[in-house]
Amino acid sequence: MKVLVTVKEVAAVEDEFQIAGTSIDETYLEYDLNEWDDYAVEEAVQLQEAGIADEVVAVTIGPERSEETIRMALAKGADRAVRIWDDALEGADLLDVGAKTAILEKVVEEEDPDIVLSGVQADDDGFGATGVSLADALGYEWAAVVNHLDQDSVESGTASVRRELEGGVEELTDVELPAVLTIQTGINEPRYASLRGIRQAQRKEIAPKTLGDLGLDAAAVENELELTDMYEPETESDATYFEGGPDEAAGQLADLLREKGVGAQ
Amino acid sequence: MSDVLAIADHRRGELRDISFELVTAGRELANETGGDLHVAVISGDTERFGEQLKLDGVDTVHTVNHGEEFNHGVYAQTVTQLFDAVAPQFLLMPNSVNGLDYAPAVANRLDLTYVSDVVDIGVDGSTLTATREMYGGKVETTTAVEADQVAVSIRGAEWPATEDTGDATVEAFEADVDESAVRSTVTGFEEVGGGDVDISEADVLVSVGRGIEEEENLDLVRDLADALDATLSSSRPIVDAGWLPKNRQVGQSGKVVTPDVYIAIGISGAVQHVAGMKGSDTIVAINTDPNAPIYDIADYGIVEDLFDVVPALIEEFQ
Ligand SMILES: Cc1cc2nc3c(=O)[nH]c(=O)nc-3n(C[C@H](O)[C@H](O)[C@H](O)COP(=O)(O)OP(=O)(O)OC[C@H]3O[C@@H](n4cnc5c(N)ncnc54)[C@H](O)[C@@H]3O)c2cc1C
Repeated sequence: MKVLVTVKEVAAVEDEFQIAGTSIDETYLEYDLNEWDDYAVEEAVQLQEAGIADEVVAVTIGPERSEETIRMALAKGADRAVRIWDDALEGADLLDVGAKTAILEKVVEEEDPDIVLSGVQADDDGFGATGVSLADALGYEWAAVVNHLDQDSVESGTASVRRELEGGVEELTDVELPAVLTIQTGINEPRYASLRGIRQAQRKEIAPKTLGDLGLDAAAVENELELTDMYEPETESDATYFEGGPDEAAGQLADLLREKGVGAQ
Repeated sequence: MSDVLAIADHRRGELRDISFELVTAGRELANETGGDLHVAVISGDTERFGEQLKLDGVDTVHTVNHGEEFNHGVYAQTVTQLFDAVAPQFLLMPNSVNGLDYAPAVANRLDLTYVSDVVDIGVDGSTLTATREMYGGKVETTTAVEADQVAVSIRGAEWPATEDTGDATVEAFEADVDESAVRSTVTGFEEVGGGDVDISEADVLVSVGRGIEEEENLDLVRDLADALDATLSSSRPIVDAGWLPKNRQVGQSGKVVTPDVYIAIGISGAVQHVAGMKGSDTIVAINTDPNAPIYDIADYGIVEDLFDVVPALIEEFQ
């Protein structure tokens, strides 16, 4: 059985930052593997370790810079990776769900996996839509916000999963394979890459592909979304701040808490 | 093509709050386009839901009587058919967990541009402008969509709920559901997060987030909770990491808490966290980032390193 994991390099923003036009100035960005994808990679690797998956392929849409991040997925156990990038994607502030779907659909068709694992959402654009959109485009079944996957069920051709709903309720669902599952944080404990894994990852393949390689042209990824403004949200804060250093502030907070009867035995 | 079609959200016999917020957002849009507001409810007790959705500003309620609970296969098919029948300019869906499970599929099937998790929307001619957060709430963005028809999902608790009754007509919609295309089955529900403590009962919560960095450091906030005679709770990453059990998690997928005092330590205040604690009487935040969204809802704040403030605070109570 083959498992494909979609991964994305995302930028985290430092506490203090500057906005330049409709993007954040590069100097304030730190790139890392998307938090949700880290759990998706772990889930795939666990399927492999359990002898259920015989191959785990990581797929990303990203510029050359993202290879460093993708290599982390390889270091954690994915067998090889495919990275799609193209001049037509360069400079787009935002890649919409339709464009991502069109690209990933081609890759999945080529790879023909039984299970595709994606993250629930990416921390940067936060659309939370690619996995389900992709499933529909492929004619795969799917489940969104999965926080448990019964490994044994997978071999029978139906994945028994739990979907994490709001308010501490989980939905138990059986999903026919092939399927896309969007993975929620907490489903497992993502491992740290071992030194050996990191060394091995250097020799693993990251195949670069252009839109042309996938049989797509620039029109397929034409964005209908245009980012027209980016700004720091106006603070709605009317908080009273305790100042004067940690000790002084702690003293004032303690007074407030005592006033409210907190800590009084 | 100036109408708006909004899809209600329900679970286990109740319409969810976001259904009433969708009506408000949908009415706002319809006022701008000059069209009608259609609301659809699919599965469940559609007769009762249909009556409940005859709200101020709604023109037509469409009920689709098919099964009890949400199933994305059924929703994807029926919303597509409703869309074809109503031919709206805007399709509004909830950015709830079930919304995440069908809205992207509907948008794909209908070849619509999809803008998710919006917190504000406006229309200018044929251009939709959507306000969304990016980078975990660090920035807000405006996105323009130039298309005849657009699919949008809205974030919960951003629009007020419409509560007043109106005079909508309720119509049963005959959907043609291909059962062979429904390839997932809901087999049950389970409440999780039970156990020894119920954080929603606590008067005082000391709540810890990712700012605590290491599991070993949890002792620090445990000591504070002891000193204050408070209960310990947390944001999601602490539970995801297995450092605290699920029953300690505050937020959208955890517990909703309304203590007298909520002390958020090293918690940024993501929307899914805030959903679980914004009803607290007094909110105190300790966070090094002065722009952290938690300060938007805090009554008191200390912009300092928690590793300096918390020991000093414990000292005060010994
Ligand atoms: C479907 C879904 C459901 C979710 N449900 C929930 C939920 O129920 N509950 C929940 O909490 N989250 C939930 N989340 C996750 C949520 O989006 C956030 O990722 C999470 O709340 C962030 O937790 P945090 O604030 O602890 O961490 P972060 O956002 O990483 O914030 C850590 C904060 O600590 C501060 N900090 C760091 N070091 C220090 C220091 N030394 N002193 C003081 N401050 C410091 C930082 O400035 C930062 O603001 C959900 C997400 C999704 C997609």
